[in-house]
Amino acid sequence: MTIDYLARRIGMFVAVVLVATSVNFFLPRLSGQDPIATRLESLAAEGVTTRQEDYAALVATYNEKLGLNRPLIVQYLTYLGQLARFDLGTSIAQFPQTVREIISAAMPWSIGLMLTSTLITFALGTLGGALLAWQYGPRAAFEIIFPPFFLLAAVPYFLLGLLLIWLFAFELRLLPLLGAYEPTSLPDWTDIGFILEVMRHALLPALSIILASMGFWALGMRSMMITMQGEDYMLQSEAKGLTRTRIFFRYALRNAILPQTTALALTLPHVVSGAVLVERVFSYPGIGLTLYEAIAGSDFAVIQGLVFVIVLAIAVAMLIIDVIYPFLDPRISYSQA
Amino acid sequence: MATAETVGFRSDSAVSRAGARTGALWRYSRRNPSIIVGLGLMVVLVVFWALGTLLTNPDDADVDSFVPPNHRPSFSDPHPCYSSENPRTLCYSYDDEPRRHLLGVDRLGKDILASFSLGIPQTLMVGFIAAFIGTTVGTVLAFVAGYYGGVIDATIRFVVDTLQTIPGLLILIILTLAWREISGGQAMTLIQLSLVIALLAWLGPTRVIRSQVLVLKQRSYVELARLSGMSGPEVIVREMMPNLMPFIVANFVLAVSSAILASVGLEVLGLGDFSSNTLGMMIYHNIWYGSLINGWWWWWAPPIVVIVVLFLGLFMVSRGMDEWANPRLRRRV
Repeated sequence: MTIDYLARRIGMFVAVVLVATSVNFFLPRLSGQDPIATRLESLAAEGVTTRQEDYAALVATYNEKLGLNRPLIVQYLTYLGQLARFDLGTSIAQFPQTVREIISAAMPWSIGLMLTSTLITFALGTLGGALLAWQYGPRAAFEIIFPPFFLLAAVPYFLLGLLLIWLFAFELRLLPLLGAYEPTSLPDWTDIGFILEVMRHALLPALSIILASMGFWALGMRSMMITMQGEDYMLQSEAKGLTRTRIFFRYALRNAILPQTTALALTLPHVVSGAVLVERVFSYPGIGLTLYEAIAGSDFAVIQGLVFVIVLAIAVAMLIIDVIYPFLDPRISYSQA
Repeated sequence: MATAETVGFRSDSAVSRAGARTGALWRYSRRNPSIIVGLGLMVVLVVFWALGTLLTNPDDADVDSFVPPNHRPSFSDPHPCYSSENPRTLCYSYDDEPRRHLLGVDRLGKDILASFSLGIPQTLMVGFIAAFIGTTVGTVLAFVAGYYGGVIDATIRFVVDTLQTIPGLLILIILTLAWREISGGQAMTLIQLSLVIALLAWLGPTRVIRSQVLVLKQRSYVELARLSGMSGPEVIVREMMPNLMPFIVANFVLAVSSAILASVGLEVLGLGDFSSNTLGMMIYHNIWYGSLINGWWWWWAPPIVVIVVLFLGLFMVSRGMDEWANPRLRRRV
């Protein structure tokens, strides 16, 4: 059964990646436009012209060189082969740079920002939600602190970001308005001053994500904790005379946290979508801003490369989580999942 | 709870059943205020829209409509509307008819209140069209998958699971860009935008409603109906559908909210309809012109407030309806 489950799960992974790459490949070609001719026309509009008789030869040469005159299926297979080697092509808007260079320059910023803030939110929200339901905890205090977060969960991340920019960067002038570091400074990760500067810049975008998604984690955890407290083993642990701290952490929290980890995996795609807009609002130089700039500049190679990389990253993460999940929760067997 | 029983009971007249259900909803909402708060927020929005429509002229929402010819708004050469002392002073239209701009004028020369009176219905329209198509398709697929099971169920579940792994916004971006390419560089109209969002809007409803269909299928009255010789579609339409209706409606409200969120996301990324005045386009222009760092609060604050009210309203209504439809979540009296 385990082999069966693994095979099915890997089949799904392959399907996701294949669907994403195929959509990526075929959609631009649906337009029926000749990309080389289009490109030459736009160059002509900028003043770069060729003689009329050379024009056809030029189109033919480029089509030959880029393999665009070959049958579609051959092109598709070549494309898949290139993807397997992470050869994502060359950017049109920032010409000599390859898409891979652009993405690898942007990726660390996004991962740093999103991963940190998502983990902070997960930890704070889960703990808060647990305490909110814990009958011996400071419930009254949490019942005042948390409801605003439940409401904020209904508001898109980036709107909150706009408000934070206005309050902290414009009115109070406490924090920088945008970017990941000052435009004047050079990235130097050995310099503690630079690292502090980066953290100061990441504070507002991270805060907008944390504030807007904390309620979600707290709500889920609260309802799980309420269910847990009705379980027999909780009563028994109390009867045994264990300390309340121990019961809270070892008995209640540990069991209630499992569905939260599933939720963490399931929200991954939404985190990416949210990041795109947050980065746009804060001009944070991650993949979201790169995507926005590529859209504004019709840089299809970059857009397709980004979509491929994001989908691949999420698919890999989901695969890993699905495979290790039965180890986390023995009640779930591979055959059921 | 008596209301739960009436919901499960199949009375002869559909009208009296609907009436009884509305009554039950009303009685329940007194105990669970989130529906009332949510509807209240929506009413606030409608009143705001109605006032805006009464007090402004739709032409005022046109770019530069009030500015005399050759007097384009610019901050080096400010129009009276932009004076820093009072950004909301009396302005004059080009025909010299005094016109008051209650919420001020934006950088494009659009009257902000007039933009809202056009933009709020446009935004809601996108949400409603996408959510209606999504929920309808999702409900049909969910019933087919959940009731009949087998290969169809496996296929539908596989497609939903696969597509839900990919961030929806990314798919929408690709689809919108492809559309722009195919139509020769033309931006989408609002209807086309809603249709594109509808392409993904069925995923959520299919998944959630299917699991409810599976639960409902086990109920004895459904089994009884099946044993008494009712055909599959008949059981679905006459027995299961009425009982899941509140749940489907709650999901529809949620779908409206996520469709609007998706449309706002696309618009903020510059993929919207630039001739429209939707809330998302207002945010786009605000970010584009940097109204936050220029301190043009009368431009950026209203759309944010309206969007927050809209999302909170939809969230509260859907949560309240969900609790009403799902007695296990109901509050104790």
